[in-house]
Formats: sequence, C-alpha cells, structure tokens
Amino acid sequence: MLAIYKKELRSYMTSMAGYVFIAFILLILGIYFTAYNMQYASPDFGFTLSSVTFLFLIITPVLTMRILAEEKKNKTDQLLLTAPVPVWKIVMGKYLSMITIYLIPVFISSLYPFIMGRYGTVSYPMAFTAILGFFFLGCAQIAVGLFLSSVTESQVIAAVLTFGVLFCSHVMDGIESFFSDTALSSMIAFVVISIIIALAVYQMTKDMFLSSAVGLVLVAATIIIYIVKSSVYEGLLQKVLDLFAITNHYDNFVGGILDITGIVYMLSVICIFVFLTIQSIQKRRWS
Amino acid sequence: MIEVRNLVKKYDNHIAVDHLNFTVEKGKIYGFLGPNGAGKSTTMNMITGYIASTEGEILIDGHNILNEPEEAKKKIGYLPEMPPLYQDMTVMEYLRFAAELKSIPREKREENIKGVMSTTKLHDVKNRLIKNLSKGYKQRVGLAQALLGYPEIIILDEPTVGLDPKQIIEIRDLIKSLGKKHTVILSSHILSEVSAVCDYVLIIDHGKLVASDSPENLSKVMSGTNSLELTIKGEQQEIRNALALVENIEDLIYHDSIVEGACDFSVKIRGNQDVRENIFFALAEAKCPILKMQPSNMSLEEVFLKLTDSNYEEGGESDHAGNI
Repeated sequence: MLAIYKKELRSYMTSMAGYVFIAFILLILGIYFTAYNMQYASPDFGFTLSSVTFLFLIITPVLTMRILAEEKKNKTDQLLLTAPVPVWKIVMGKYLSMITIYLIPVFISSLYPFIMGRYGTVSYPMAFTAILGFFFLGCAQIAVGLFLSSVTESQVIAAVLTFGVLFCSHVMDGIESFFSDTALSSMIAFVVISIIIALAVYQMTKDMFLSSAVGLVLVAATIIIYIVKSSVYEGLLQKVLDLFAITNHYDNFVGGILDITGIVYMLSVICIFVFLTIQSIQKRRWS
Repeated sequence: MIEVRNLVKKYDNHIAVDHLNFTVEKGKIYGFLGPNGAGKSTTMNMITGYIASTEGEILIDGHNILNEPEEAKKKIGYLPEMPPLYQDMTVMEYLRFAAELKSIPREKREENIKGVMSTTKLHDVKNRLIKNLSKGYKQRVGLAQALLGYPEIIILDEPTVGLDPKQIIEIRDLIKSLGKKHTVILSSHILSEVSAVCDYVLIIDHGKLVASDSPENLSKVMSGTNSLELTIKGEQQEIRNALALVENIEDLIYHDSIVEGACDFSVKIRGNQDVRENIFFALAEAKCPILKMQPSNMSLEEVFLKLTDSNYEEGGESDHAGNI
C-alpha cells in the first residue's frame, strides 16, 4: 500500500495535475477570501468556503481522472494486479495519495482565519468546523471520482463522467423541484425505479425469470405500501434524491455546527465509493 | 509447480481457452506455442491471476490463484505482452517501486535491484526516463521487473517481440541461464525460438492443447516417414529410371533446381531404412553425379503447421472466431 501511495504522490508532484489542482483551489478560494473576508470584512469564513463548493466540479476530475483509467489504458494494472498485493490496498493507496494532495490546499486555507484574526474578532471554532466540513466534502467527491475512473480506460470519459455526476449532485435541489411531492407522483417514480432495477438485473444475469420476479415483487411492494399507507410517500422522492446531493450535507458545517450526521454521511459516501471501486476492479477476477 | 486443471475462459460466446490441462515441473523451461489468438496470453493472464477463469482451477505450488492470491502471486514473476512500465519514471525509480510492491524486505531491495540490473544489462540507462528508452531496453526493464525477488516461476509473454536479432540472442541466452534456477514459461509464435530455448513445448490452438512434448520428440514423432533432399546432375527421366532400381523408395517428387543442368528431388523413404548408399551407387552407375544429399526431418515448423492446420479443419466450422 505504501509503495503505491508513494508512487502516486510522486507522480502528482512530478506532473502538472497535482499543481494545477492545488493552485486552482487556492486561486479561487483566494479571490473569494479577498472579496468577502478582506474587502467586505465579513468574519464568516464558512460562507466563503460554501461559495466555492462549485470548485469541486472542475477540480475533482483533474485529480481523479487518471488515477485508475491511465493504469488500465497503459496496461500497467497488470503489474499491480499480478503483484502479491490485495486490491483494497492498491485502491486505498491511491485514494490516500489523492487525499494527501487535497490536504495541502486545505491546510493552507486553514491559515486564512488567522489572517482575518489580525483585523478583528473571528470565531475560530466556527471557521475550523467549516474547514473540517470542506475537507470531508472534498474527500467524498474525490471518492466519487476514484470510482468513475475505475469504470473506464479513457481519462477523458472519466473526467466527463465525474463532472456530470458531481454536477447533478450539485444541482440536486433544482432537480428535486421538478417533481411534485405528492404521494402519487412519488409512488409512480418508485414503480419506474423498480422497473429499472429489474432491467438492470436482467442485463447482469440474463435471467428472464429472476429479473421479472424481482421487478414484480418490487412493483407490488411499492403499490401495496401506497394502498396501505400512502402518507409514507409524501415527499419521499425528494428525501431520496437529497441523499445524492453531497454539497447539501455541507450546509450545517458552514453554520458552525459540528454535524455528526453530516460526517457520517460523508464517510458513508467515501466507504461506498471506495468499496465500489474495489469491486469494479475485482470484477474481472470473478467472472 | 503449476497445475492447470480443466481451464476454460469464455468471452461472451467466444471460447478463448477450452478445457486446458497441463502441469509444469520445477526447473524446466516451457514453451507455449500457438498462432495469434490461440489463447496463449489469456492462459498466462489467468495463471498470474490478472483475470479469472470461467471454469477450472490453477494451483501454484499448491495455492489456488483465486483463493490464496497473495501466496500464489509471490512465487511468480510476470512479463506481460506489453511491459507494464510507467513512462514518467526512471528505470531505477521503477525498479524500486516494483521491488517495494512485491514486498521484498527493505534491506535486500537495493542488492536485488543491482542483481537484476546486471543480469539484464541496464546499468547504463538506470537514470533515464523509461519513455525515452528504445523498445529493446523497455523490454529489458520489463524483464528486470519480472526477475525482482527471484521468484520461483518466471512467466514471459513473447519476450523477444520487437527486439533486434542481437538482442533476441541475448534475451534467449538470458532465458536459458534463468532456466537453471527457475521454472520458466514463455510464449511465442516463433518456432525457432522455442526449439532453441525450451525443454518442453506445449502447442495450443483455438484454446486447446494439441501437443506437448520435448521439441526433439515432437519432430521425431510427427515426421513418420523420413525423407531426403537431393540435387542431381542429369536428365529427369534418366535419374528416375536409375532411382527406380533402389528399394524402399516410397515417393519421388521433382522440383526445378537452381543449378543448371540438374534436378532437385525429394525422396520419401519407407520405414526407418538408410538407403543413402544404395542411392549413391544407383546414380553412380547411371553416371549422374550427386551434388547434394541431405536428410530432412520434419522441423518443428512443419509439426506446428500440421498440428494447427488439422485442428483448424476439424473445429473450423464451429468456432472460427479464434483466428480473427
């Protein structure tokens, strides 16, 4: 694990990607910091951080697109996967190297509250809670990028996918408002989702019986629950979609709340996507 | 050392490897031979644990490659078809990384790297970026990587592809010297290479094992009838008449000769008799001087073509896809 970690770190430090990533975060953050906290003299550093969360849409793909796609393309994954190292160590080595690179701008940004402190009173706990949240937010999005880099061997596709997914997650509030929050519309949405799941099962197993059984059970369950207790469905679709809005879970940190559910949420996102990455690499070994 | 049982690999409907069975013993050099798309690389990728098999199992020294991957992979050094090199590293950096990856103990690493660099003659380029190296050197870096830690089994997928003739000879000598201490499996579609280097040949076609034996035995077994190549001065008819008197000649095939006023003949001889003296006297009597006479055993090349061709005709209708 350490070998891969060091190798990735060196590769970020000897190529443009690492520097572009760090410099871009610092540049944009610096502009907002100067505008809000210096010019406008706002003591709220969390607000500055929350206004630059759009940054991750551009910057995450820069960091993550090559991490696994490049290995696959150059067939260097043959070296890694035939070495006596378990897959999870390979993935963790790579993920931790990206986190380390990301820690550099986070660390530098944690000096900003002290600069502000020279000119007035700043609530340090509030500022550092926001920075902690910002750190977790980045880690979660990098995990998403890591996974998407493992599903393709083209860096461009990995980057576009990552941007697309993170963008949808970023504007999830808007997407939620497309759907009405009545029980009926939620129920219909879940029926559609059940059918999609059944199709996915068919695609994976090519088993007509199994997939139609899964589909029927899911659809029946959805409809029965609707008939028995339709209030369950009110606003349910919105709640479910909200799970995909990673940035929304950062809001509490901005207000200075050390939000445990937020941290748990971010950690779950990280775990899920690291796990999915390991599975997507291991897939070829369990055909 | 390596046991392969009933190995099958399917890609959708195409069968790349079809119920392959063989065992590899310690301290020998094995050659995988087959036309392009025969399933050589796929088999090697499965032995090294890069991809999974659809059916069957592979035991490396008693460890199943899928159930105990770490134990099994420790014993293998692998050079894939395309050497897995990081273009932005120097040779030294790359080998250090590979050594750490293979969890060679820290105190042994430097010594080990030095060792493999001198075996593969990489000292001159150790501080150069891999992307600036020539194909031959890249191949050697890949080979050095496979040798790191001196694993018991070394698997080389077409190790001499893209090298110049001098380098090919060097790599072959290297492989031969490796065969003294390690078990080596190499794949190739170049027959001279396999017959020059290997103790044992496994011929694969369409994912099936069509023959496995030592190169000498293969050419002996396959030749069946032995034959002679002759160049004789004189008229065709005259020579034919003279040779008609010699016993045990099964067939006489005439070829145009490059020598003026002479004929070339391939003479097939029944059984294991030596009729060279009889031919000499018969032609001497007819006053047709023999310019050249040499026995022609079937070369491995012909064995290979014969085996893969006949197999192709049998299985040709059902699965053409393997050759595309």
